[in-house]
Amino acid sequence: MIQLLAFYLFAALTLAAGALTILSRNPVHSVLWLIVAFFNAAGLMVLVGAEFIAMLLVIVYVGAVAVLFLFVVMMLNIDFAALRAGFIKNFPLGILLAAVLLAEVLMGVGVVQGGALQLGTPDGSAPVPAGAQNIEAIGAVLYGKYLFLFEVAGVILLVAMIGAIVLTHRERKGVRGQNIARQVARRPDEATVNMQPDVGKGVSL
Amino acid sequence: MIGIGHYVTVSSILFVLGVLGIFLNRKNVIVILMAIELILLAVNINLVAFSAFLHDLTGQIFAMFVLTVAAAEAAIGLAILVIYFRDRGTIAVDDVSHMKG
Repeated sequence: MIQLLAFYLFAALTLAAGALTILSRNPVHSVLWLIVAFFNAAGLMVLVGAEFIAMLLVIVYVGAVAVLFLFVVMMLNIDFAALRAGFIKNFPLGILLAAVLLAEVLMGVGVVQGGALQLGTPDGSAPVPAGAQNIEAIGAVLYGKYLFLFEVAGVILLVAMIGAIVLTHRERKGVRGQNIARQVARRPDEATVNMQPDVGKGVSL
Repeated sequence: MIGIGHYVTVSSILFVLGVLGIFLNRKNVIVILMAIELILLAVNINLVAFSAFLHDLTGQIFAMFVLTVAAAEAAIGLAILVIYFRDRGTIAVDDVSHMKG
């Protein structure tokens, strides 16, 4: 009973936050609603016993991706009112297409629920071990069968990181940076000058 | 009792919301990226739900890979957005024609 209640609470909040994400006028509010959606989706995942993915969702999405969005939205000085110009014009067509898409997808769900189509059965290559915790079981599969995919995922993240740095890096003109070779090559006789200026006159260097 | 149908319904509604978000905010590329995140979240809910109800861990492993790709995509997308804004002073994407020859 409490599980049913929690499911409907999380599901309703996820969907409401998702809708508000795309309908908000202010993109900062959109990001905050996105965070709410992620939290509630994590709740949905906890309900079926996938705690590790739920925690990962909170850490990666809320902690990294959503904060990245928030940074970009707040750093760029964007006139958001102008960007909403086509919103009303696109609304009827968008709703129509979304309704058609949703009807099609839910028809598929209905077919499966009605028993006309059977769900596939797992091939037993990664069964949930009895008595093991979720994170333990995931670790055994991830570092065993999917080790190379795991490493490829690491490479993807590395490429993304380097790509983001290369894309946003820019050479600044007129910046007086440190020239280490010149500093090291400096000798006392070229760095210091003896002068004997006339009284009352300054020294021009 | 909660079945797989409940989860698939939630995730398909979330998926459609993401598609709708791309349609409605055609000019605002930040909201488009957020809508893509919603779509990937729907996919993740689906993978995790099937993984749990079929007692097979593969779905959760692949949800993790989807998460990885989503993070990389957000980083690259926002980097492109930043350089586009630096170049043009706006992020209206309905008239992007920089890359045509």
